Amino acid sequence: MTPEQISDILKDTFGDRIVGGEFQSAHPRVEVRPDAWPDVATYLRDDPRLQFNMLRCISAVDMLEDDQFIAVYDLDSLNGAAGSGNLWTRRHAISIHVRVPRGNPHIPSVAHVWSAADWHEREAYDLMGIVFDGHPDSVAGPDGPHPRRILCPDDWEGHPLRKDYAFPMEYQGIPAVTEYGQTRPVH
Amino acid sequence: MTELVLESRPDINADLTADQIRLEDLQTEEMLVNMGPQHPATHGVLRVVLRTDGEMVLEAVPHIGYLHRCAEKIGENVAPYQYIPYTDRMDYLAGMNDNLAFALAAEKLAGMELSRRAQLIRVVFAELNRIASHLVSMGTYGLDMGAFTPFLYAFREREMILDLFEAACGARLTYSYITVGGVTQDLPERWIDVCSEFLDYFEPKIDEYNNLLSFNHIFVKRTANVGVITPEDALAFGLTGPVLRGSGIRWDLRKAQNDLGYDEFEFDVPIGEGLKGTLGDCWDRYYVRILEMKQSVRILRQALARLPDAPGDAYDKRGKTMKLPADEIYYELENPRGQLGFYIQGNGSTIPARVKARGPSFCNLSVLTHIGTNCLLADIAAIVGSIDVVMGEVDR
Repeated sequence: MTPEQISDILKDTFGDRIVGGEFQSAHPRVEVRPDAWPDVATYLRDDPRLQFNMLRCISAVDMLEDDQFIAVYDLDSLNGAAGSGNLWTRRHAISIHVRVPRGNPHIPSVAHVWSAADWHEREAYDLMGIVFDGHPDSVAGPDGPHPRRILCPDDWEGHPLRKDYAFPMEYQGIPAVTEYGQTRPVH
Repeated sequence: MTELVLESRPDINADLTADQIRLEDLQTEEMLVNMGPQHPATHGVLRVVLRTDGEMVLEAVPHIGYLHRCAEKIGENVAPYQYIPYTDRMDYLAGMNDNLAFALAAEKLAGMELSRRAQLIRVVFAELNRIASHLVSMGTYGLDMGAFTPFLYAFREREMILDLFEAACGARLTYSYITVGGVTQDLPERWIDVCSEFLDYFEPKIDEYNNLLSFNHIFVKRTANVGVITPEDALAFGLTGPVLRGSGIRWDLRKAQNDLGYDEFEFDVPIGEGLKGTLGDCWDRYYVRILEMKQSVRILRQALARLPDAPGDAYDKRGKTMKLPADEIYYELENPRGQLGFYIQGNGSTIPARVKARGPSFCNLSVLTHIGTNCLLADIAAIVGSIDVVMGEVDR
């Protein structure tokens, strides 16, 4: 199935909650409104025509000039029977874009749809600061629950992959050195 | 006489009867055990917090990030050909494959086509590195299970592969040989002959490993029926590579995507079949790697036969001046540990706006909590070893 056909199927079911799409790109994609995303995700997985049974990756992108974050979900639909002699084939693949404002980056979690989303969402929160609401491994924060950090320490401040991230000059009393080496505090 | 039944594992009966045990000697509370980050069986700086009840593990929670270098941020500050040396530090046991995955992603985004010769050389090195990586996996897995000798055998053969790499590019671990635009230099004289000799030497050794380790009774007892991943779980958790195929799913990107001309080579995709126990257990995952080494030898023989007549240059210097269009791509390649994916967003300049790496070990490790519950403490080493993680790639 081509990305256009997948987009048409989604538009028939979800109407204007499918915001748009881009099919001429090297990375064909459909854009989904954040509040509709868990429903769309369940539909993508369960619809017999689509059957996107594998979430490959979630890439968080900082679009500083648009004042937005994009969560890019790459999905794969594998076709075959486990334990059989036959090679599995790719039915089709699609990418889903979910855009959220930088000031209030909340996307509902889809970890209940694909278990793989658990760690990917934790990473996207840790490094980019997108909050996935309803994540199964959430901890309390000043602005409500957010996924537990995964790569950085739990007490790390900020989200390193944001374009406006300020390089910390100190962590737990350990002084940091930038690549130019001039910021070590003088004792 | 009452039989003692372990609450967390009612299927295991203790040999002692209740009146033989003095209750005051028993520690009945749960205990948290920190396994790692410095532990020989965790293959790098992996820390697993185990909630244990005696010898039983009730829950295993991995904690990662000890090797985090924010490699993705570096990718936003350098041109693709400059990022190549950072990629082979992700999965440092399969540097060639990591270089290849990123180079292909960048070339695909920029719409760059390579010569047949460059493609074939890449296939040869990717498959050689696959063998080297599986050898380490096999050897260290034997170590984890208490078998020291196979490790020495594996490193003896891996050494020869590293010598071949050294002859081609001078490096033995972090190669940066496969780069954007091809490979940095063509093969030296007689390299193909030496490589063929190595394959003739290596192929019979695989049976030796099987006799030594794969079908060893103790090894089978430790790994069969342990850490079973069902095919449904394998898909849901996004597992890839030998871990996915160990669960009986015959899926391989080398067959599904035809990027390097893999469709002209004859090879099979081995899967786990539950030969020694249940489908998708540790032994199945281990054995898939052994079988894959045989298939890599098959591919290598075919690729080496075509290499002398392959037309074109090994390196295209446009790779260094390549501009990335204002578009994006997500590209995955079948690495020894699974599908290594790169998401690259270009903005019209030579430096990408965003680089994201999806490490196969990262996704494969995420299944540990799911399968590491209600098993024996010793099984955790068997499970972690069978997933075959490289922490450089988990933490990036």
